[in-house]
Amino acid sequence: MSRSFWLGGCAASALIICGPAMLTAQEDPAERSLVINGEIEIVTEADAPAHLENLSTIRSGWTFRSPETQTMQMDDFDNPATLGVEAARAKFSSDLGNGESCASCHEAPEELAGVRAVYPKFDESAGEVQTIEMQINECITDRAGAEAWDYDKTDMINMSALMSFVSRGEAVNVAIDGPAAETWERGKEIYYTRYGLLELSCANCHEDNYDNMIRADHLSQGQVNGFPTYRLKNAKLNSVHGRFKGCVRDTMAETFSPGSPEFVALELYVASRGNGLSVEGPAVRN
Amino acid sequence: MTRIERRAASAALLAIASAVPLWAADAVAPTDVSYTELGGIAEPLSDTPGDIENGKALMNKGSGNCIACHQVSALSELPFHGEVGPPLDGVAERWDEAQIRGIVANAKKTFPGTIMPAFYHTGPYVRPGDAYTGEAATGDLAPILSAQDVEDLVAFLMTLDTYPE
Ligand code: HEC
Ligand code: HEC
Repeated sequence: MSRSFWLGGCAASALIICGPAMLTAQEDPAERSLVINGEIEIVTEADAPAHLENLSTIRSGWTFRSPETQTMQMDDFDNPATLGVEAARAKFSSDLGNGESCASCHEAPEELAGVRAVYPKFDESAGEVQTIEMQINECITDRAGAEAWDYDKTDMINMSALMSFVSRGEAVNVAIDGPAAETWERGKEIYYTRYGLLELSCANCHEDNYDNMIRADHLSQGQVNGFPTYRLKNAKLNSVHGRFKGCVRDTMAETFSPGSPEFVALELYVASRGNGLSVEGPAVRN
Repeated sequence: MTRIERRAASAALLAIASAVPLWAADAVAPTDVSYTELGGIAEPLSDTPGDIENGKALMNKGSGNCIACHQVSALSELPFHGEVGPPLDGVAERWDEAQIRGIVANAKKTFPGTIMPAFYHTGPYVRPGDAYTGEAATGDLAPILSAQDVEDLVAFLMTLDTYPE
């Protein structure tokens, strides 16, 4: 398996002569561009949105991965996440338990193209900011009258991958003002809080140190436009909140749960840091 | 086991757990460390002199994992040195032993607001966890490194007194 090529290559050359500056534009992961299936153009680098004070350019996690990992995402036949998308496509039109299915209300998944780009978003009837997973569960319970799916289990992650899949290439554009403002502020506060015995915030790693190596990991900006992501490390699709949970745990902290109000707020805030990048999920990461 | 026996057994376990001190008898407790105005620590934190080899091992693995953030040429046989902190080559030329001890114990006293974790410190923390389990910590918190670990690391860092080519 070649997933550690980039890091292995660095280790072999004792790190010093192995900076991105040594590579030609074609080999330098940060200089490559992402077109999926030869047709969907993905914006992986953009000017930072106005609300972002400490960054001038935003970059998708894709720009930090090795050329091999990058390439796996350029064709759906090579992207292992496609299996999850296909499973969700089947689920979309299958009985949720009482004769209803997603297809009873939405003819085809493609009808929902673009939706992913504006989530999380404030939902009037629920009176709160909802992630795409919460919206999916609202459809399942309120509209179809069926049992809610587990927030961080396969069915939900696959369906969330399908929602990203049909929105690929759309510009992320989550609203941070109006009724969403309070939740956004809460998310921002969490982003800058130094948790755990290591006293590290999201910003310490993903704002102050992106592009630096932390042990064997090349730190990205921690953007969520590629979610759910297929990770080579655990060979499955991973949810946004699953990733957040791991990052907080790694600060030697008591982490939050997937679907918790804290992670919903954090997702809104982190998503807004990516306003202007393309929806890219399901992405491939190491 | 009956319920009463179980309770007695867990009480006994608790007693053992609380009888084990969080730091060795000859160590200065984390809350008793006195820092100089610049964030150094003049006196060793334990009576046992630092062990260079163990300090070297701690740079790589276990609770130290210092090379996650720092590059060290003397450890070039180990893979994956990080770039979050400055390279530590020649660190003993830049700082004296007291200052290095202070940086390892609690770098925030030398570099206010630094990302470098405080290794001989017990909080207060925001949502302290039980190691890397993601669960809440229970009971009194031990520092990430023991007093002797800090001394061992200081002994190793004091050997980094040259700048390799
Ligand atoms: C100790 C360092 C550290 C801290 C603190 C940290 N992360 Fe991460 N995070 C990583 C590493 C390492 C990776 C994997 C490489 C990468 O994509 O940056 C990662 C990956 C991610 C990703 C996946 C990006 C992608 O494109 O696949 C997201 C999202 C993320 N982090 C968000 C967060 C958030 C939100 C917080 C705070 C709650 C946080 N991280 C705190 C180290 C950290
Ligand atoms: C999460 C990152 C991180 C970890 C882990 C870390 N450090 Fe640091 N360290 C830093 C940063 C960043 C600085 C620079 C201080 C600053 O400006 O914030 C630093 C500074 C230092 C310095 C002073 C270097 C100089 O020349 O000024 C020493 C010595 C040091 N660290 C030793 C250690 C040791 C020993 C360990 C492990 C027990 C360790 N560090 C773990 C990030 C880290």
